[in-house]
Amino acid sequence: MSTLKTLLRRPSVAISLLFIVAVVLLAIFAPWAAPFDPSEQFIEGLSLEGAPLPPDATYRMGTDLLGRDLLSRLLYGARTSLFIGLLANGIAVLIGTLVGLTAGFVRGWLGSVLMRFTDLMMAFPALLLAIALAAIFQPSVWIVALVIAMVNWVQIARVIYSETVALAARDFVEVERTLGASRLRILFSHLLPHLLPTILVWATLGISTTVLLEATLSFLGVGVQPPTPSWGNIIFESQTYFTSAPWLVLFPGAAIVALSLAFNLVGDALRDALDPTLKGRS
Amino acid sequence: MFAFIARRVVYSILILLGVTLITYLLLFMLPADPARQIAGRSATPEIVANIRHQLGLDLPFYQQYFQYLKGLLHGDLGRSFIQRSQVSELIGARLVPSLQLMGLGIAFELLIGIGLGIVAALKRDSFIDRLLMAFSFVGVSSPQFIAAMLFLYFFAVRLDWFPMGGYGEFRHILLPALTLGILGSGWYSRMVRSSMIEVLHQDFIRTARAKGLSRMRVVFRHVLPNAIVPVIPMVGIDIGIFMGGLVVVESVFGWPGIGQLAWQAIQQVDIPVIVGVTTVSAVAIVLGNLLADLVIPLVDPRIDVKKH
Repeated sequence: MSTLKTLLRRPSVAISLLFIVAVVLLAIFAPWAAPFDPSEQFIEGLSLEGAPLPPDATYRMGTDLLGRDLLSRLLYGARTSLFIGLLANGIAVLIGTLVGLTAGFVRGWLGSVLMRFTDLMMAFPALLLAIALAAIFQPSVWIVALVIAMVNWVQIARVIYSETVALAARDFVEVERTLGASRLRILFSHLLPHLLPTILVWATLGISTTVLLEATLSFLGVGVQPPTPSWGNIIFESQTYFTSAPWLVLFPGAAIVALSLAFNLVGDALRDALDPTLKGRS
Repeated sequence: MFAFIARRVVYSILILLGVTLITYLLLFMLPADPARQIAGRSATPEIVANIRHQLGLDLPFYQQYFQYLKGLLHGDLGRSFIQRSQVSELIGARLVPSLQLMGLGIAFELLIGIGLGIVAALKRDSFIDRLLMAFSFVGVSSPQFIAAMLFLYFFAVRLDWFPMGGYGEFRHILLPALTLGILGSGWYSRMVRSSMIEVLHQDFIRTARAKGLSRMRVVFRHVLPNAIVPVIPMVGIDIGIFMGGLVVVESVFGWPGIGQLAWQAIQQVDIPVIVGVTTVSAVAIVLGNLLADLVIPLVDPRIDVKKH
């Protein structure tokens, strides 16, 4: 709890947390928060020439190419983007922790195979691999989340691996072993608790990465498919129009950057608070 | 030292083999049938079977893979399903624009990143430091496509400082390279800052100052060369991140590089091209990492290669 207090004393972290909570609440309560149905195409939502409307009193963030209310689409899009970001990150952290922990604790041939495999995954251009995977499978919200998880667990696995190796060599683990503690007991009651801060830090920073990756995939057209709105595909749908209707890119763009920035700031502060020896992300 | 290099080279080759195996395996599982796509809707099953046979798609997986590997050793990446030409030619024609963009992008990245890192470290905890670090944080948190579109909008459409897109003249490359450079500089400036601060606290720096050397001289002759060491291998590792950025930035700016080629190939499910670009990118990444591994002991003699 004292960690939380020191964290909140930083204004950037307090604002970030507030923003994250606000986005989560708005996403959950989107049906109540949104002024309109996100997929309803308003005839009066387009100008006489059929162009989207800039922000006004009715459509607070303007309308898109089909005359739909952008604010409502952003609010519903937050659901998709957050859901994918959190799910993908959860899977990535789970796989990364399992692989890193197993490789670092069991060592031997199994450990070697696992770590050589992570080396292999590091050699892939992450975005290209994700694009190829997303293009191979018919993209649905679940597939997109899985694809993102598939390219994001690697970094976590490497961090957890090196920490596990360092921890397993410490005296207290040796003492437990001599006292006859089983391997599983050492793993779950001694190693895992020590790894929790690291896992927490990487889980927070990871959301920023997964949110960005979802947006990028959707922007390239291989992520979440319209008409389901996500922050990335709102930009994808309107990219050809963005010079004449910049609000269609500016609002969702700002939302993506702000959410990613917020998770990054909180994650960075968490790392400083939990482990002062680590500086900068490497 | 020689044993170390040999081991790293062999290991890199093994990694590359693994990469080709995985990409090939993934695309082999592709649900869309390329033979049917090439044949068109009205084709009879015989024609489709014929095309499948011609492309070698009726062979078992391992045979197709070995065929591919054999070709790879001769620089042959197979033929594109959609465009009737060699994948190596398609990639070859687009390699130069991508390398140009990458070269200038990395140059901007280093210039901006190292420059801002130095200033932030020297003005540590000041307003400027906070501002620069906030800037690097925003850069790190922004997806390339949003930055690319915003830059395109403000600097090309509104201010008309740069052309909207195109290729050929130097002014065309500036905006896409700046986009990559500004976004990528965040990692470098944060890294240079913390490594500068670390070196600034060391005894030999105090000695240099006590000797009466000017502040500028100490910074550029004593601090910077030491602080820059951890940054050098980062460039090698950075290539992987850069390859992803190329796909996005090239498709926004219409830059005729391999990123755009990959993007078009994915739209058309042109498997050999996708495999080809991924392979070429993986080679770039593995080479970058290998280079980083080899450079680290050269620039930092404290690292003992025998321990690796």
